[in-house]
Amino acid sequence: MNKPRAAGRTVGGLRPLALQAPAVTLLFLWMIVPLAMTVWFSLQRYNLLMPTMTGFAGLENYEYLFTDPALWKSMLNTLLLVGWVLVITVVGGTLLAVLFQQEFFGRGIARVLVISPFFVMPTVSALVWKNLMMHPANGIFAWIAELFGAQPVDWFSSLPLTSIVMIVAWQWLPFALLILLTAIQSLDEDQVEAARMDGAGPISIFFFITLPHLRRAISVVIMIEMIFLLTVFAEIFVTTSGGPGLATTNLAYLIYIRALLDFDVGMASAGGVVAIILANIVAIFLVRLVAKNLED
Amino acid sequence: MATLQLKNVIKEFGDTHVIKGVDLEVKDREFVVFVGPSGCGKSTLLRMIAGLESATDGDIVIDGKRMNDIGPAERGLAMVFQSYALYPHMTVEDNMGFSLRLAGVSKSERKDKVLDAARILQLENLLDRKPKALSGGQRQRVAIGRAIVRNPSIFLFDEPLSNLDAALRVQMRVELARLHEELDATMIYVTHDQIEAMTMADKIVVLQGGEVEQVGSPMELYHHPRNRFVAGFIGSPTMNFLPVDFQDANADGVQVTLPGGQGCRVPVNGEELAAGASLELGIRPEHLNLDDNGPMSGKIQVIERLGGATSLYVQMDHGMITVVADGDIEHKVGDTIRFGFEPFRGHLFREDGLALESLQRHPLTAINRQANRAPADSGDDQ
Ligand SMILES: Nc1ncnc2c1ncn2[C@@H]1O[C@H](COP(=O)(O)OP(=O)(O)OP(=O)(O)O)[C@@H](O)[C@H]1O
Ligand SMILES: [Mg+2]
Repeated sequence: MNKPRAAGRTVGGLRPLALQAPAVTLLFLWMIVPLAMTVWFSLQRYNLLMPTMTGFAGLENYEYLFTDPALWKSMLNTLLLVGWVLVITVVGGTLLAVLFQQEFFGRGIARVLVISPFFVMPTVSALVWKNLMMHPANGIFAWIAELFGAQPVDWFSSLPLTSIVMIVAWQWLPFALLILLTAIQSLDEDQVEAARMDGAGPISIFFFITLPHLRRAISVVIMIEMIFLLTVFAEIFVTTSGGPGLATTNLAYLIYIRALLDFDVGMASAGGVVAIILANIVAIFLVRLVAKNLED
Repeated sequence: MATLQLKNVIKEFGDTHVIKGVDLEVKDREFVVFVGPSGCGKSTLLRMIAGLESATDGDIVIDGKRMNDIGPAERGLAMVFQSYALYPHMTVEDNMGFSLRLAGVSKSERKDKVLDAARILQLENLLDRKPKALSGGQRQRVAIGRAIVRNPSIFLFDEPLSNLDAALRVQMRVELARLHEELDATMIYVTHDQIEAMTMADKIVVLQGGEVEQVGSPMELYHHPRNRFVAGFIGSPTMNFLPVDFQDANADGVQVTLPGGQGCRVPVNGEELAAGASLELGIRPEHLNLDDNGPMSGKIQVIERLGGATSLYVQMDHGMITVVADGDIEHKVGDTIRFGFEPFRGHLFREDGLALESLQRHPLTAINRQANRAPADSGDDQ
């Protein structure tokens, strides 16, 4: 690994600090200032509907927040959403990567097609799913159900969270596939042949050779997806608006409800701080896991 | 017992004919080496024997059983790859025991077998390491150990030493020869390094362009190459070839005129030569002697002193010729030297590249490299 440069070493007469300054300044303006403001607001009485009630609130906002059942519900939803999408994309992505690694006619085109959902904007894909696929009257799923004489499922009211998971997983599966396919291509063909000589069939090769080889790539996929999945918003906003009830409200959406529907900036900020803490807890575990995987 | 026969084996990749009908017989406990220039199909042939590549046509017979349609694992062979192909996420022990694990062998038995193999290869203290924490030579030994653990009927090696440095290569070469003795196994070894071929083989198979040029013991190939290609391929520095004029042939050999105008009778069978046939004389650099009365002469262009021997690159009228002389000669670049050779050292090649047969066989071609082998293998290679 790179050794840190000795402090005070000059590069072309400039101290490293001077060179780092623009980046540090940018990061400061971009991250630390909003973070500090969020923390500050979360300690204030700050509701746009009650402009007269101002002043320092202490931990009052947090008290309300933590006694609010919506918080726990939305946290659970967040974890369920992240968890299921990760499971679907990683498992599906791995299997698809193995599949798309095989030689078959039209593989190049198939690869492009399977990657393409990733280039569709979240709002657009959510709209497509809502109106084209899952619509209880006009959707393709309803049409298929009717084809078999079954009662069409009203996805967003009977299986709301499942529907969101499906939409988000559809968007992120190509990402997982892309990374895993690249990784699988670097698998040494000799290793596979050595395993074949050792008596491994396709299943043993998958579990003993391919999967261990993909471990690093999988942890990278998990880390990157996790960062984005914790803040899923557009898909929920476009389809269920967090409902029915709170069934599809995740933390990001709850903050939106508090801030822009209830105009309670203080409480929304408190939610934001909780979200940051949650993300950091997850990140610490994750970074450890990934770092361990990247090490060996 | 482990024998192998290839009968008219052919391999085509689409339109490219990579192996064009190879016949070969490998005896029990023989060390057979495939040599040939890059791209001649050595690896392909080996991979077909291993079952990693299917043969387009022909029979691959192991221990009397046709194996063409049998998968690589069931053929009872083990292969050592050029890249070692160790499983990077497994320890040395798990690498070596992987085949046993797949075969459902119990953990304790697995451990015993791995330890046995590790002992042979002096890998006992490395069993807990991952491949990436090993040196090249150690990785190579693990790869060999993985093969030993399977107790295969035939070992296959595809250029196993080509990633090692020169010193380690020599060491591993000796180790492999020892292993061959110790395991009493049949081994097939692919290399493009003719020193490896000469030093290790009981039998060398010279391949070119997907065809077998010659099969024989190292000394046979060296002293009695069947054609110009084998003559040029075996031996280092390579054999010199000079155009000569055919005079006549009788029971003592073929009379030719050397480039300098002097005559020489090479003891080879030239009965079938037509008058005026164009011939090429092949003479190995180490068989040319500096001799002030020698029949040929030329000007030294380059001198390479290796200490023990000196290579002289000499410009003659028809081209360059290499002479390996004693290490202590005092010649300098630009000197004109005369040299000659003993007639029985010469080889004569016809226009189509085939060698004229020697009238006497070299005594060493009859000697088996491993004189103290069990009687079962004492049969001659011819
Ligand atoms: N899968 C394949 N498809 C088409 N041609 C192939 C394939 N594999 C090998 N060949 C061709 O077959 C020929 C023999 O290849 P092979 O790998 O057996 O050579 P080699 O003798 O082992 O050479 P080297 O000493 O460089 O390893 C080469 O010309 C190669 O291009
Ligand atoms: Mg090869």
